[in-house]
Amino acid sequence: MLDKTLKQLSDGLAQGDFSSVELTTAYLDRIKQADSRYNAFITVTDDQALASAQSADATRANGQATALTGLPIAYKDIFCTAGVRTSCASKMLDNFVAPYESTATARLADAGMVMLGKTNMDEFAMGSSTESSYYGPTRNPWNLDAVPGGSSGGSAVAVAAQLAPAALGTDTGGSIRQPAAFCGITGLKPTYGRVSRWGMIAYGSSLDQAGPMTQTAEDAAMLLNSLAGFDAKDSTSMDRPVEDFMANLQQPIKGLRIGLPKEYFGDGLDPAIRVAVMDAVKQFEAMGAVVKEISLPRTELSIPAYYIIAPAEASTNLSRYDGVRYGHRCDAPTDLADMYMRSRAEGFGTEVKRRILVGTYALSAGYYEAYYRKAQQLRRLIKQDFQQALADVDVILGPTTPSPAWTIGAKQQDPVSMYLEDIYTLSVNLAGLPGLALPCGFQAGLPVGLQIIGNYFDESRLLNIGHQFQLATDWHTRKPEL
Amino acid sequence: MSLDRSQVENVARLARIKIDENEMADYVSSLSSILALVDQMQAIDTTNVEPLANPLDATQRLRADAVTEENQRELLQANAPHAEKGLFLVPKVIE
Amino acid sequence: MQWETVIGLEIHVQLSTQSKIFSGSSTAFGAEPNTQASVIDLALPGVLPVFNEQALAKAVAFGLAIDAEIGKRSVFDRKNYFYPDLPKGYQVTQMDFPIVGQGSVDITTEEGTNFTIGVTRAHLEEDAGKSLHEDFHGMTGIDLNRAGTPLLEIVSEPDIRTAKQAIAYLKKIHSIITYIGVSDGDMSQGSMRCDVNISLRPFGQAEFGTRTELKNLNSFKFIEKAIHTEVERQKDILEDGGRIIQETRLYDADKDETRPMRSKEFANDYRYFPEPDLLPIEIDDAYIAAIRATLPELPDTKVARFIADFGLTDYDAGVLTSSRPMANYFERVAEQCGDAKLAANWCMGDLSKLLNQQGLTIDNCPISPEDLGLLLARIKDQTISGNIAKTVFQAMSDAEGSADEIIAAKGLKQVTDSGAIAALVDQVIADNLDQFNAFKGGKDKLIGFFVGQVMKLSKGQANPAQVNEILQAKIKE
Repeated sequence: MLDKTLKQLSDGLAQGDFSSVELTTAYLDRIKQADSRYNAFITVTDDQALASAQSADATRANGQATALTGLPIAYKDIFCTAGVRTSCASKMLDNFVAPYESTATARLADAGMVMLGKTNMDEFAMGSSTESSYYGPTRNPWNLDAVPGGSSGGSAVAVAAQLAPAALGTDTGGSIRQPAAFCGITGLKPTYGRVSRWGMIAYGSSLDQAGPMTQTAEDAAMLLNSLAGFDAKDSTSMDRPVEDFMANLQQPIKGLRIGLPKEYFGDGLDPAIRVAVMDAVKQFEAMGAVVKEISLPRTELSIPAYYIIAPAEASTNLSRYDGVRYGHRCDAPTDLADMYMRSRAEGFGTEVKRRILVGTYALSAGYYEAYYRKAQQLRRLIKQDFQQALADVDVILGPTTPSPAWTIGAKQQDPVSMYLEDIYTLSVNLAGLPGLALPCGFQAGLPVGLQIIGNYFDESRLLNIGHQFQLATDWHTRKPEL
Repeated sequence: MSLDRSQVENVARLARIKIDENEMADYVSSLSSILALVDQMQAIDTTNVEPLANPLDATQRLRADAVTEENQRELLQANAPHAEKGLFLVPKVIE
Repeated sequence: MQWETVIGLEIHVQLSTQSKIFSGSSTAFGAEPNTQASVIDLALPGVLPVFNEQALAKAVAFGLAIDAEIGKRSVFDRKNYFYPDLPKGYQVTQMDFPIVGQGSVDITTEEGTNFTIGVTRAHLEEDAGKSLHEDFHGMTGIDLNRAGTPLLEIVSEPDIRTAKQAIAYLKKIHSIITYIGVSDGDMSQGSMRCDVNISLRPFGQAEFGTRTELKNLNSFKFIEKAIHTEVERQKDILEDGGRIIQETRLYDADKDETRPMRSKEFANDYRYFPEPDLLPIEIDDAYIAAIRATLPELPDTKVARFIADFGLTDYDAGVLTSSRPMANYFERVAEQCGDAKLAANWCMGDLSKLLNQQGLTIDNCPISPEDLGLLLARIKDQTISGNIAKTVFQAMSDAEGSADEIIAAKGLKQVTDSGAIAALVDQVIADNLDQFNAFKGGKDKLIGFFVGQVMKLSKGQANPAQVNEILQAKIKE
């Protein structure tokens, strides 16, 4: 049961092969038995899961079940889930029980899904390896000494290690796509504004998006159908009709115009990843796609632009963590200043503090023009690069990362070395475009992934391409030894 | 761009984060290397380029003026480190 | 050395919306602490702001009322600082692109001189919560009911030169905001708050001196006193050759002095940048026209009309237009009785006295304007005298009925029958022969005495003009 896709499980439930309670119990047992190896979960919501499963079975008995009814799922611990601890993997929120529900998880609950628990992540979503979590790192099931990627590492591992059939993550600079690639699963970052950010703890407000992390593109489409859509509570959520993202999965991709940015295939790219991605390109050509080289000239500048904009927004988004109304407060503060200074010093980990300080500096008097404003100008140029390219091609394709997963601890000395690994994913967030990561090979036993970038609101096309690729290849079916 | 210690102390004060003596050198060094990374931006000519705040260049929607929230004080103060008589307590503020 | 005082005012007006600027919590005054503070107002993790359309409408209405430029594209910014009554650690405000741009306001001081005071801008922002410092064993209690209430910050040009001008400007702003219904302007409840920036410079110098900012001024009286105190303080320092420190000072009403505010000691770097959770507000000419169409007649226009159409004096017109409900009341009375001057006198006199005595506002006045108008009509048509009318008015305020009903019930109709009056006059003359002879002999002042006696005898109901006439005739007999 635990190696089935969401679609297969949905069919199984519909056919009465098993009940939601049975399915949920199987996953809960597996988590209990195996998660100590991976540390993918921060909180497991056993009782709630079984209650939801029972309710789902009752709904099914009443003939009111829909595609997602009774299917289990895991949520990155960045989504506020009412009555359940929501920690953002930080000591600051270690004891925080969310008093309200995020829109993303509420919509999936309304669709009948069963929450298994909250998954591990980089603290406050700041990181690319899930090593900065207050609750310790999550381990890559393909190699327990390797990072799973981040910041949605726990969600990626939950799916890859069969602790959940699907999960939700969030992506600000690559945090869905990169761990998906490192763990050999599928991950979609939707267009900015496609999925509501209400209840999703903010890191980089103009960059953050929630998205599905699944075994297949088809599963991602199933979830997106319920996730996407206007939410009046989020001023940045776009009022666009939600199509059926599964409707076009079957379309052949003959004639599809794919652009390969030359900047994505330079010297920094690991040779094995290059081979895997080019093999995938040949596969697309065999399916009738037309491939050409394009240019995204400001690709490298996405790194400095992102590492100013995201920390700047984060530095103010995290000002609310002051020990006054919730969250960690230091012991015996001598006065107000002491309370702020020590609560925040104790509550936040090192990487979070670094980014808050960088962000604060970038916005401070005398530096705003040179840093924040400059970065926003670059952002417009990067967006223009994409618009220009997408005038000539339908989608852009490349590797998700320049290297495969590194060893846990290897990049702790120099944070900048980790930032450089984000080069292919950051600009997609800066421009607000949708991006889909698909497994396409291996390097020394570790998965590697390709990324397809589409135009605004073109998720249907991306998922169609992903589905067609997954019909023709079997990378997405490979499982690590468990 | 290299930062010196006093600049880091200043920023830490603005951000209300206490940095211990034994951590200071690390923060000075890591912040300096991050800022060295972002200094690459300075080489690019961005004259007359309009900054991009929202990726979709959209405009603000308006909400009807109506009271839609009710009193949830007990629930919302359940996470409070220190609350009394319905108020959040903090060390005394001197004006 | 002659010093010129330069004053600029920053007025924070709470907009009278039902809900807060970015959340659906109520803005009602006086609720139990933190019972009107939602997840958004408490800045819980993951919350997002959504902008109240009435806050926009009221801001634009104010801008139109002061003939200001309206910002067709305005942007919200984050102003970053830490304070326990500021839950997000930043205030959402408008920095570079405010909703209202340059405008102006005409004022007339107590002394009767006219000035035009420039308004630099007005922008939308959110209010902070409240800190309560007593009764918590050395701690401060934070109430976030007020956090998120919409504010319009109105910034004047440094055009004000005296405390009187400052008060006149404040009163004018108060009058405008209450007229157009964007705020109840209640200073005691904090709906209108004023910070004063003061600097001195030698007369003739173009450069501004160093200014201080005065806060915590919650009445017109305190504002006037604080300005005087601070000007004296600065003058003393400058004349001793010292320098003014740019700082924020609080006014201590008990000691009538200003002192520096401690919590503002660290120079604040607010690190303004555009608020990423809110998008730029764009409005078009059609929207602005629609708001303009909802504006009522503004105070200045109404004053001019009252003077032109009703022949009122400047002063009377000013008093009667001080509030829109009073102005409306007066107009209806004037319409009903056909005599604007009479209506003006009664509204400013007996009516205002009645309201004051009973602690009422014009909105809950026990006498409707039509009923008052009918009473005044009875004076005009000589059914009763002005004096008797006061008695009837009192009875009307006690809900004894309409003017006509009370006149009938109490038999207060003025006596106009000359025969009857002549009889009364004869009686009074007979009772006061010595005085009558003196009156006949030339002591004209005694007319007052005789009229008074006749009125008394008639219980106030004789027509005083006729009494006069008949008395004069009797002298000649």
